Amino acid sequence: MDLHYLTAHELGDLLQRREVSAVEVTEAIIERIKAVDGRVQAYLTRTAEEALEQAKAVDAARARGEEPGPLAGVPMALKDNLCTGGVRTTCASQMLAGWVPPYDATVVRRLKEAGAVILGKLNMDEFAMGSSTENSSFFPTRNPWDLERVPGGSSGGSVAAVAAGEACYALGSDTGGSIRQPASFCGVVGMKPTYGRVSRYGLVAFASSLDQIGPITRDVTDCALVLGVIAGHDPSDSTSADLPVPDYRAALQPEIKGLKIGVPREYFGAGIEPEVETVVRRAIAKLEEMGAICEETSLPHTEYALPAYYLVAPAEASSNLARYDGVSYGLRVPGKDIIEMYMNTRSQGFGPEVKRRIMLGTYALSSGYYDAYYLKALKVRTLIRRDFEAAFSKYDLLATPTSPTVAFRLGEKAGDPLAMYMSDLCTIPVNMAGLPALSIPCGFSQGLPVGLQLIGKAFDEATLLRAAYAFEQATEYHRRRPELGVA
Amino acid sequence: MPITTAEVEHVALLARLKLTPEEKAAYTGQLNAILEYMDKLNALDTTDVEPTAHVLPLRNVFRDDVARPGLPREKALAGAPAASEGQFKVPRVV
Amino acid sequence: MEYEAVIGLEVHVELKTNAKAFCGCTTAFGGEPNTHVCPVCLGLPGVLPVINRQVVEFGLKTALALNCQVAPFCKFDRKNYYYPDLPKNYQISQYDLPLARGGHLKITVDGEERVIGITRVHMEEDAGKLIHVDGPDGGYSLVDYNRTGVPLLEIVSEPDLRSPAEARAYMEKLRTILQYLDVSDCKMEEGSLRCDANVSVRPRGSQSFGTKTEVKNLNSFRSLQRALEYEIERQVAILESGGRVEQATMAWDENRGVTYVMRTKEEAQDYRYFPDPDLVPLEIDAAWIERVRRELPELPDARCRRLIDDYGLPAYDAGVITSSRDLADYFDRVVALYPDAKTVSNWIMGDFLRLLNAGNLEPGQSPVPPEEMASLLQLQKEGTISGKIAKQVLEEMFATGKGARQIVEEKGLVQISDAAALTQIVEEVLAANPGVVEDYRNGKDKALGFLVGQVMKATRGKANPGLVNRLLKERL
Repeated sequence: MDLHYLTAHELGDLLQRREVSAVEVTEAIIERIKAVDGRVQAYLTRTAEEALEQAKAVDAARARGEEPGPLAGVPMALKDNLCTGGVRTTCASQMLAGWVPPYDATVVRRLKEAGAVILGKLNMDEFAMGSSTENSSFFPTRNPWDLERVPGGSSGGSVAAVAAGEACYALGSDTGGSIRQPASFCGVVGMKPTYGRVSRYGLVAFASSLDQIGPITRDVTDCALVLGVIAGHDPSDSTSADLPVPDYRAALQPEIKGLKIGVPREYFGAGIEPEVETVVRRAIAKLEEMGAICEETSLPHTEYALPAYYLVAPAEASSNLARYDGVSYGLRVPGKDIIEMYMNTRSQGFGPEVKRRIMLGTYALSSGYYDAYYLKALKVRTLIRRDFEAAFSKYDLLATPTSPTVAFRLGEKAGDPLAMYMSDLCTIPVNMAGLPALSIPCGFSQGLPVGLQLIGKAFDEATLLRAAYAFEQATEYHRRRPELGVA
Repeated sequence: MPITTAEVEHVALLARLKLTPEEKAAYTGQLNAILEYMDKLNALDTTDVEPTAHVLPLRNVFRDDVARPGLPREKALAGAPAASEGQFKVPRVV
Repeated sequence: MEYEAVIGLEVHVELKTNAKAFCGCTTAFGGEPNTHVCPVCLGLPGVLPVINRQVVEFGLKTALALNCQVAPFCKFDRKNYYYPDLPKNYQISQYDLPLARGGHLKITVDGEERVIGITRVHMEEDAGKLIHVDGPDGGYSLVDYNRTGVPLLEIVSEPDLRSPAEARAYMEKLRTILQYLDVSDCKMEEGSLRCDANVSVRPRGSQSFGTKTEVKNLNSFRSLQRALEYEIERQVAILESGGRVEQATMAWDENRGVTYVMRTKEEAQDYRYFPDPDLVPLEIDAAWIERVRRELPELPDARCRRLIDDYGLPAYDAGVITSSRDLADYFDRVVALYPDAKTVSNWIMGDFLRLLNAGNLEPGQSPVPPEEMASLLQLQKEGTISGKIAKQVLEEMFATGKGARQIVEEKGLVQISDAAALTQIVEEVLAANPGVVEDYRNGKDKALGFLVGQVMKATRGKANPGLVNRLLKERL
């Protein structure tokens, strides 16, 4: 039995039945990491010792007759922009290469309370800015399906680790598609919950009004389980919704008869690879075959989401990243006076994409341009929200491709920022509207995974999970594993 | 409205970024290309549209006025690039 | 040409909440550097702010006391600028939608009352403290974040003030109101009340404004007044010599007694304000506003009016007594026990305030409780002690904290009102001063005063002066 490719709920069952111990599972995955991470390069920091300690604690609890819950003892890993007390949190940036937080993010605390075994911290585009994980200041992560290709980004390390069996599941963050696009590229399930569903406390901010933490898993059941642990109100996050969290696992019914699904035509426009379109349309036909009512619809402002996003997100980022100044933590590059110290530190500490976005955001907020750019973008954001509101007055869900393409080659888009930004065309509008969405494997193109994106109503993750679960039950794509070689 | 190198320099100063001449040239070109793409937004009439600063209609989220212990000073200073006398040390300001 | 000054003040007041504005750290003043800090106020990666409800409550109290319109909807914005006392390199503040606007307060200068407009009141967070240390390579600075995130109200006046004295009176009145509201310690020396001034000059009678400068670092009432006097003179001198005032941010150097340029207009900051996405807006409905309004204490102007109307106090007395809430409370408590308001007022404005000042004490720190003050006045009224002895007793009360009666008894200060006991002394004084007796009999009324004084001296002040007068007159 390959423990490293079992899902969390499968492992959870084995653990609860005492058929394996958490230490055995953890050791198996640590071995897997040793075997394949040299090629995948998903991990920035490994915490094998701490993980084994956590596993021992879970085993001890079970030995005492306690049942610490379905995720207890299941090894997982975290995107490296989630703060872990005592374990360095770098955001894949030289700026924070040696920074050790004195506190845990709320999601990390909740996972620890649920008995999670944390294997380490995963690679990403620097400060979550990018769509390929090539913007990591340490090294790029490879796509387990084709090591010459990118895993997508910015949560590329998280997704690659899950796809390669280097973690049972992972957490990522999604500001414009950073969970869903790489999930699509690597053939796993990735969800961005509704803005406000999961606390952002301890997520190193990129664009605060768009950022959301979500699960990256090998199937929909795991997605429901992990979401159930990390979701819920947090008094430390003013933007966290004070709403009850449903039992997501109980929502997983393979029945979607009568479910109304809109298919917005704008998501199949210019730039989409024909084979990706074919695969996604075949998946939608499958949903229809299962009893869903699928109709073409329109979200007319879709084309404006990307330009509006690339004003809102960089503007917020320019302010969020102002704190990296060499004064009280992180990198400092000396200078003759304080201003030179700031400039030296920030110029050497940030990579080119981060600097580009800080420049863009600073410009968009600067006096004389605020109304033309930032305010305009916020108004367009309203129009995008209204599109979705109108669509959701008719439909329960929307179905689209997650990405217009399959995983591209390393370096292919690195020199052209705009081309790279286009990779998030289908995911960005969802963040602009704050809605929940997930990507599930729905087929292959050129031997590479293709993702189907389902978008739901605000705080209705349950319906998303139900539809995704039904699709998954009716298909086999989620069972395919990359041929990374035998461990 | 194309952005000039002088504007790039001004923005870089506001953002406390020191750019090499090559970076200045590259960013001027790239920002222009991106901003040109942004100009597509001007096709939309947004005169009577309210801006969306928050997607959730949340209001009046408060914490209670209760003081709690913070970080021990060693932890507060643990990440400091330079510290002295329990304080963060920086090049002289003014 | 005659010039007049146009002055507007921006006042920052630290609110005395228990916890900071956006985190749970204490706001206690002092403390070893960087011991009142946490991940949130240190601006560590990943942290988020949550507004302390009490900050809004205190803001509302202040806004209503200053007769402002409270905004039904307001929000927090980020003010972006780099400075090492600001860990996030932005300050959470309020920009285009402040908590309240359009208020006023009244000041009286040289007997003339003026209404000064309040433009706006908004909430924001304080920065940390920098200490500059000399040394090689220009020295270095040390940063203490204990004050970082302490809640502030910024109160901006209209440019309605016309002289340094008015500016000072405005500042004093504002402090009094804030003290009545109990929302701040208002200690300028500890930085819990701070002031920047916008000042320009123009030919008297002109309706347009001259070019203004902003003067910072005004850390006491005295420096506010001095800095404004200096800056006005400087601007007038420029105009009179045919020059032009340059728009600039100036700082006041208390030691040298001059203002100097910190920043010119060309270097003006671009703060890039935008709505803070980490904080949600506030909606303050009529019910909330009414609740706060109902809970407002009696404010200085109303209290001053009451002292005039109810007790018949002169406006001057009422103004002095109500300039401090603690002093006015003290007055009320003494008057409740000793209902001769004018006598109480005389004592409070005279010896009581003198002794407080001498001891560098605030009215709330008086070692003499109101009950003891009343009992002292009672002792005087019932003739147990003379007025002169009463002053001595009050000093003793301040010095020892003992009660009035106890001191009078311990020191044997009871007034001698026994005619038999005094007659002997009166006879002796008359015998010892035949010349003065002669003067009196020749019509020099003043001579009587001297003789009374001699009797008082002989009794160490304890003789009942009325009785001494009567006995002397009988014998003369």
